[in-house]
Amino acid sequence: MSVTHTPDREPKVTAELAAEHGLKPDEYASMLESVGRTPTLTELGIYSVMWSEHCSYKSSRVWLKKLPTTAPWVICGPGENAGVIDIGDGQAAIFKMESHNHPSFIEPYQGAATGVGGILRDVFTMGARPVANLNALRFGEPANPKTRHLVAGVVAGIGGYGNCVGVPTVGGETNFHKAYNGNCLVNAMTVGVAQTDKIFYSKAAGVGKPVVYVGSKTGRDGIHGATMSSAEFTEDSEAKRPTVQVGDPFTEKLLIEACLELMATDAIVAIQDMGAAGLTSSSVEMAGKGGLGIDLDLDAVPQREAGMTPYEIMLSESQERMLMILEPGREEEAKRIFDKWELDFAVIGKLTDNGRMVIRMHGHTWCDVELAPLFDKAPLYNRPTEPTPPQAEIAAADAPLKASARDTLLALMGTPDLASRRWIWEQYDSQVGADTMIGPGGDAALVRVHGTPKALAMTTDCTPRYCYADPVRGGAQAVAEAYRNIITVGALPLAITDNMNFGNPEKPRIMGQFAGCIEGMAEACRVLDFPVVSGNVSLYNETNGEGILPTPAIGGVGLLKDSTLAIGSGVKAEGDVVLLFGETKGHVGQSLYLREVHGREEGAPPPVDLAAERRAGDLVRGLIEARTLTACHDLADGGLAVGLAEMALRGKKGIALTGLEAADAGLLFGEDQGRYLVTVAAGDVAAVTDAAKAAGVPVTTLGTVGGDAITGLGGGALALADLREVHEGWLPGYMAGDA
Amino acid sequence: MKSAVIVFPGSNCERDIAVALEQVSGHKTFHAWHRDTDLPEVDVIAVPGGFSYGDYLRCGAMAANSPVMRVVKERAAQGVKVIGVCNGFQILTEAGLLPGALIRNQSLKYICKTVDLKVENTDSAFTRHYTPGQHIGIPVGHGEGNYVADEETLKRLEGEGRVAFRYTDAAGVVNAAGNPNGATNNIAGIFNETRTVLGMMPHPERAFDPQHGNTDGRALFTSLLESLS
Repeated sequence: MSVTHTPDREPKVTAELAAEHGLKPDEYASMLESVGRTPTLTELGIYSVMWSEHCSYKSSRVWLKKLPTTAPWVICGPGENAGVIDIGDGQAAIFKMESHNHPSFIEPYQGAATGVGGILRDVFTMGARPVANLNALRFGEPANPKTRHLVAGVVAGIGGYGNCVGVPTVGGETNFHKAYNGNCLVNAMTVGVAQTDKIFYSKAAGVGKPVVYVGSKTGRDGIHGATMSSAEFTEDSEAKRPTVQVGDPFTEKLLIEACLELMATDAIVAIQDMGAAGLTSSSVEMAGKGGLGIDLDLDAVPQREAGMTPYEIMLSESQERMLMILEPGREEEAKRIFDKWELDFAVIGKLTDNGRMVIRMHGHTWCDVELAPLFDKAPLYNRPTEPTPPQAEIAAADAPLKASARDTLLALMGTPDLASRRWIWEQYDSQVGADTMIGPGGDAALVRVHGTPKALAMTTDCTPRYCYADPVRGGAQAVAEAYRNIITVGALPLAITDNMNFGNPEKPRIMGQFAGCIEGMAEACRVLDFPVVSGNVSLYNETNGEGILPTPAIGGVGLLKDSTLAIGSGVKAEGDVVLLFGETKGHVGQSLYLREVHGREEGAPPPVDLAAERRAGDLVRGLIEARTLTACHDLADGGLAVGLAEMALRGKKGIALTGLEAADAGLLFGEDQGRYLVTVAAGDVAAVTDAAKAAGVPVTTLGTVGGDAITGLGGGALALADLREVHEGWLPGYMAGDA
Repeated sequence: MKSAVIVFPGSNCERDIAVALEQVSGHKTFHAWHRDTDLPEVDVIAVPGGFSYGDYLRCGAMAANSPVMRVVKERAAQGVKVIGVCNGFQILTEAGLLPGALIRNQSLKYICKTVDLKVENTDSAFTRHYTPGQHIGIPVGHGEGNYVADEETLKRLEGEGRVAFRYTDAAGVVNAAGNPNGATNNIAGIFNETRTVLGMMPHPERAFDPQHGNTDGRALFTSLLESLS
C-alpha cells in the first residue's frame, strides 16, 4: 500500500537544498524575494528548472539579441517552439535545431533518440508535418576508447527513432576531434511544412479555458534533465544516467498524427510540447506568454507509476507528451481523436486571471506562486568576455607537400574528417515520404514539398576548428558555408536555425568565443539576407574543466521554386568542363591538410569575404535557374583537390585536369572560402565564363569530365576505384575495430 | 484499377504507395484503418511499410492479428491482388498469406540504400512489365529483411517459380556480396501459390517518379494496371 504523499513529508527547503538544485546563492535570494516566504519543495523544483541555463538562457540572452531575425519572408522568429518562414502558395516551412549533448554522452542510444523526438515535437506542435530530419554530430578523436561506442549508440538511436516515426533523415555532418572526448555533440534538426493559416503558437488565451494533457503517461524519468544539462561533467556523470529519458517513437508517430488531425479543426487555442522541464516549462510558458495564471490538478495527470509526488510530476521529462489549451466545449471532440490513436487525454486544469501558478494534488496545495518572476525575473548575466588572441597567418610555402599531390589527396580522403559517412547514413531511412530528391552525401539535401513543384533545401554546417582559432571568422564561415551548400542545389537560402554549443560561460575565454561567434554570424546573416529564426544554446560542454571547441552549428533552409531545376554535386556527363568560381589564394591556416599532413592545428582560419560570397552565390543560382550548370559542389574542408575528388566519386566519372601538375599545397588543399566547382557542357564554357566575369566572380577552367581516374595531378593518375576504397573504407573499418 | 491501402498505427509508407497507385490508375486509393471490419470492392490491396504497432513484438505479428487483416485474407482468397512492401511483407508472412519469415538483418543494423535486383518471374500481375532476368535497382529500408524458410518451403518456392525478386551485386550476379541482409537464396520478394499475393522488402514506390532519380519500380504499378483493367 502506498501512503498518500502529504506536504509535511517533504524536506524543508534550505539554501543548501537550493544549491543542490543548481541555484547560486544570489539566485536563491532572488527567488525568496519573489516568493515572499520559504518555498515548498515543488516550488523550489519549478524555480530551479525555469532559472536553469537550459530554460532561461541566462548567460546567452544578451548576445542572442544581436542576431538578425527578420526578413519579409519570416513569419515567426526566435521565441516560439520553432522558426517559421513563408515558402509561398500559403505554405510555411517550420524548423529548428536542438542539442541533446549531455544525455547522449551518458546514454548514447536513448540520448540521441529522444533528441530526435524532442525536435520533432517542437516542429509539429506548431502545426507542421515534419518532412525531414538532419543531425550535426561531433565525437572525440577516434583513438579515444569511448568514441566508437558513442558513434554506434548515437547513430543507432537517431535511426531507431527517426526511422520509426517515418520522417526521412536526409543530411547532416560528423566530425571527430579530441576536444569532444569528454562531451560529444548531438544536434538534431527537423524541418516541417504547414499552411500559413494553420500555424499554432504557445501563447495561452482565455480565462477558464481547459488545460489538456495528451500523449504518454508521466513517469519518473528525466527528472532534472534540464539542470543536468546546465552543469559541467565530472567523472561521476555516469551516475546521472537515471536523468536520461527513454524514447518511444511509436507513441510519437501516433502523437504526430493525432495532433495534426486535431489541428485540422479549430479546437486548439494554444499548444506546447513538454520538452526540457516537462510540465513545468510548458505550463509556465503558455500561461506566462498569455499574461494569465494557471491552476493544475495533478491527480488528473496520467501517471505511469504509483506514488509519484507533485515534485516528480512537475519535473519529469517523460517523452511524447503535449500540453494544450482547448476551446471550451470541444473536449469530447478532441478526446475522440486521441482515443482513436490510443493516446492518453486528460483535462488537468484551467487558465485563471490571477497570474499565479497553483498546483493541487491529494487535496493539498503544493505550489502557489506568481508566474511572472519565473521568466521575468530569471537571472540575466552579462558575463565577462575575453577575446581569443589572433593567430598568425601561415604561408603555403611554410607547409610544402611531403608527398606527390596524388598520394596526398588519396591519404586525405581516408582521414576521419574527410572519409565517407556512408556507414552512418545508410542506417537512416532517408527516403520515406518518397519526396527526397537529394539525400545524405550531397552538399545540401533536397526534399519536395509534397504535391507541389517546390522543394526545400537544407544543410547543417560548422567548422569548429575555425571558430576556436578565430570565433568571429568561424561564426561567419559557418553561416556562409550553409548559404553555399543551399546554393549548390539551385535553391534560394532563406533562413537559419543555430545550435550554439560551447563550454563553461563563467570562463571569460569561453564567453569571448560565444560573443565572437555571434558577431561573425550576425554579420554573415545580414550580408547574405539569411536571418536566424530559431535556435538553441548548450553551455557547460566541459568535462573536468576541458571545454569543447566552440561549435555554433548552423542549420540552413532554402527554397527551390521549381524542383526540376535541381542539380547534384556529382559530375554528370563525359566531356563536361569543370570550372572553379571564386578566388584561390592558397590559405593553409587551420586547413585539414595542415593538420593531417604536417600535424599542425594552427594558424588563422580563412577569411570570409561576405560580399564575394553573395556575388558568387547569386551567379551560381542564376546559372542553375537558366539550366546552364550540370553539377555544382562547394569547396570546404580539404579544399580544391578534395572537392574535385568528391565530385568525381559522386558522379562515378573521372576528371582530366590541366595546368595543376605543379600546383602547391595552398592551391590544392587550401581552404579559401566562397568557392564553387561547377560543370558545364563544353559549348557553354564561353558564356559561363563571361557571366562570371560580368558578375565580378573569378573563374578558372580546370579540366574535363571523363575516364575513370583523376589525371593531371603531380604524381600521376589517381584511379577512382582506389580513391573510393580509401574514402569508403575508413569509417566501416574503424567501427569494426580495425583502426 | 481500384485500390486500398491498409493503415496500422505506426504505418508510415501508406501515402507513398497510394501516390504511386493513384498516379498510374487515376483512381483515389481507399485508406483502411486497422480496426475496419470491411473494405470497399477493390482490385488490389497494398499493405505498406512502416513500423506497425511500433514493431514492439515481432515485426508484423500484431498487425497480422488486427481486425482488418481478416478482411484482407478473405479478399486474398477470392483472388484480389495483395502486395505487401517491407513491413507489409512481414505482416503478410505473419498472417500466413506468404510462407517463411523475415528476421533481423545479418549485420544487425538497419539498412537504407538502393539495392540491385534480378526480376526472377515476370509471369504475374505484378511483374509482367519487366523482362525475365531484368537487372533493376530499388531502394530498401529495413532492419528485419533477412528472409528465412524451412527447406521444404524453399524447395517449393524455387521449384514453383515463386521467387519474384532476388538481390544481386552491381553486375547483376546473385551472390553474397550483393545480399544486403543475409536473406536465404538472396530472396527479396516472393509470391503465394497463385501469384496473386506478392511480398517484397524493396520499396517500388520509392523508385517511381523521375525525381526519385530512378524509375525501376514503376513497371510494377503499370503491370498491375494492365492486369486489372
